[in-house]
Amino acid sequence: MNKLNLSSEKIDRCRSLANTIAEDVQSFINKHSTVTVERTVLRLLGVDGVDEFGVPMPNKIVDDIVKNGDITLGSARYMAAALKNSSSGMEDFLTAYSANGFSICDYPLTTKAEVEPILKPYYEKHLDRIRANKKRREDYLQIYPRTKTDLYVIVATGNIDEDVIQAVAAAKAGADIIAVIRSTGQSLLDFVPYGKTTEGFGGTFATQENFRIMRNALDKVSEEEQRYIKLVNYASGLCMPEIACMGALERLDVLLNDSMYGIIFRDINMQRTFIDQYFSRLINAYSGIIINTGEDNYLTTSDAVTEAHTVLASQFINEAFAKKAHLGEELMGLGHAFEINPDIENGFLFELAQAQMAREIFPNAPLKYMPPTKHINGNIFRAYQQNTMFNMVTTMTDQTIHLLGMMTEAIHTPFISDRFLAIKNAKMIQKSMKDLGAEIEFKDGGIIKNRAEQVLDEALDLLYKINSDGLFASLEKGVFADTKRPIDGGKGLNGVFKKSDEYINIVSEKMEEFFNEN
Amino acid sequence: MKIKPYGDTLNDGKVQVSFTLPIEKNQKGVAAAKEFAKSMGMIDPSVVHAESIENGFSFYIVYGSIVHSVDYDKIHVEEITTKSLSRKEIESLIENELGRDVVFVGASTGTDAHTVGIDAIMNMKGFAGHYGLERYKGIQAYNLGSQVLNEDFVRIALEKKADVLLVSQTVTQKDVHLKNLVELVELLEAEGLRDKIILIAGGARITHELAKELGYDAGFGPGSFAEDVATFAITELINKK
Repeated sequence: MNKLNLSSEKIDRCRSLANTIAEDVQSFINKHSTVTVERTVLRLLGVDGVDEFGVPMPNKIVDDIVKNGDITLGSARYMAAALKNSSSGMEDFLTAYSANGFSICDYPLTTKAEVEPILKPYYEKHLDRIRANKKRREDYLQIYPRTKTDLYVIVATGNIDEDVIQAVAAAKAGADIIAVIRSTGQSLLDFVPYGKTTEGFGGTFATQENFRIMRNALDKVSEEEQRYIKLVNYASGLCMPEIACMGALERLDVLLNDSMYGIIFRDINMQRTFIDQYFSRLINAYSGIIINTGEDNYLTTSDAVTEAHTVLASQFINEAFAKKAHLGEELMGLGHAFEINPDIENGFLFELAQAQMAREIFPNAPLKYMPPTKHINGNIFRAYQQNTMFNMVTTMTDQTIHLLGMMTEAIHTPFISDRFLAIKNAKMIQKSMKDLGAEIEFKDGGIIKNRAEQVLDEALDLLYKINSDGLFASLEKGVFADTKRPIDGGKGLNGVFKKSDEYINIVSEKMEEFFNEN
Repeated sequence: MKIKPYGDTLNDGKVQVSFTLPIEKNQKGVAAAKEFAKSMGMIDPSVVHAESIENGFSFYIVYGSIVHSVDYDKIHVEEITTKSLSRKEIESLIENELGRDVVFVGASTGTDAHTVGIDAIMNMKGFAGHYGLERYKGIQAYNLGSQVLNEDFVRIALEKKADVLLVSQTVTQKDVHLKNLVELVELLEAEGLRDKIILIAGGARITHELAKELGYDAGFGPGSFAEDVATFAITELINKK
């Protein structure tokens, strides 16, 4: 599909610049680790649960190593030491550790070479489970084939039981993907809450148990509806790899996982985010989970007409980072959005041009297309009209993951009827305008082709600039969303450390091995 | 003057309402929807549309005439009476009357992840052609973004020696935004800061009246721009001098 006649040479240049930009950061990533990466390693060895004060065991152990040992060796070294020296397995160790208050650093360290044989049964158990989940998803998608666009809605009651009711209703009304919005403070927590939760603000806590509850409910409705309903949650924040790990263990299908979102929109330290996103995405790749990137957010902060190229430049960068983590194109849910002020003359044409451009530049990516939010003003009837225009562009340009706009955007988290009406709107457009995109061509030298060319040119210029400044310095200058972030600022920097020569991350090694073999 | 909603004839009281009931869609559901409309004060309600939302829920659209009326003359609203000035006027007011830079610190506080409101007021580009406070000469604007804890907000306000605090609350669930707004006032009072700064709330569900009730100097709802906020704040600062 090539309707815009975009210059493939320019696209290739963008890609190669983005690759150089990511390469530069990747060499930094490879030398470092973080506390959440180390907690994730522990989780994939079977460390779970909370102590009597509600502190998650992975946090308790990593904090212990930071305080009493040498975290630059990696948590796997300490876990191997503990398991070698305690006759019983993981569960007994955790019970004793939680109750008796000794330090995991009290055990004599093993050699680096001993780590793998000691930990093998533990990581294999979890990696096997992840691969089985991946297989199960593939089987489901085999029996219940999909259409080209998935309708995506959000539930956000704060109570997982209530979320299940709303999710099931949405699935029955036609939704293909359900996202459980997180309690809004969660991205800034340096731990993942534990167990089932029924209270949250603006959303529901992402916990492994909540993931499991929702997955079970959606499997049931998938079988009833003969349609596999995908489940989404959010990795972005201070616990990216841990959430990726839980998502892998409980068969989530999509995770919001942007290489820069946390830096720009949550003021999380950039070193921390880059390191975390890599391991997190490696796990996503291993588990076959689609990532969703957050470029749409740039346009809620910056102007959607003048800053459209920042979205495209960022998509190229996110793509380059994703490749470094072995994510295939079919798992790259790059984000963009319909955020142009509806009062702008020919704004719809610009949106159409940009959406078509994203589709042509990333032909195999399950693009995530976000609805209007910025120019929704409380007039629900106007919002319904804006969403209709958005749905038209989605259908005409074959977007893959179609987030439905709510007419009550910015009023409240969606009511059951808001979601229902949104699904009906999208379904009508999908059906009534099904093949319109295939029927139309764009005029040479016309508004649509020119707009796409212009955005591509500007993105290329921006990538040149980012490449010459480096990504760290570019983020310090506020290249995305007009937001400046200092390299040593933001949250979570104290959880970053340089790996020692004796460091080992056995899980990451095994996953890398898997990709190199396959 | 007593007034009622207007459909196509004065005081016909026509309104529309839509809602979901946690029951299957059937004749009984329609009758239940009608009963609801009646208890809301609608005469002769007509359920113009009923549809199943699956799984034991049904959706209704109802039209009818409201029996109630409102005495318009007795309505009292707290409004911001200052007429908004232009950016240039505000800039020269700062220069001539205050003779120093004014510091605005803004954030979307608490659990709110939405920055649409605070960005529209503060960021360089502003919103709908109205430049934000960052663009103003004589204003130092610090937009702290979203999910800023009240404690951090107060701390940064102290560090920056803020003259004006802007608090944005966009999306709410079960009225959590009210608790959060009140908590900030309490914190500022505890720090002995409340009287030293101009405290302004903004957001989709904020009115001036509500903001005053909660202990703020002003509240700005939808459709407000940087110059509205700046005019109020600068005028207050001059009055306080």
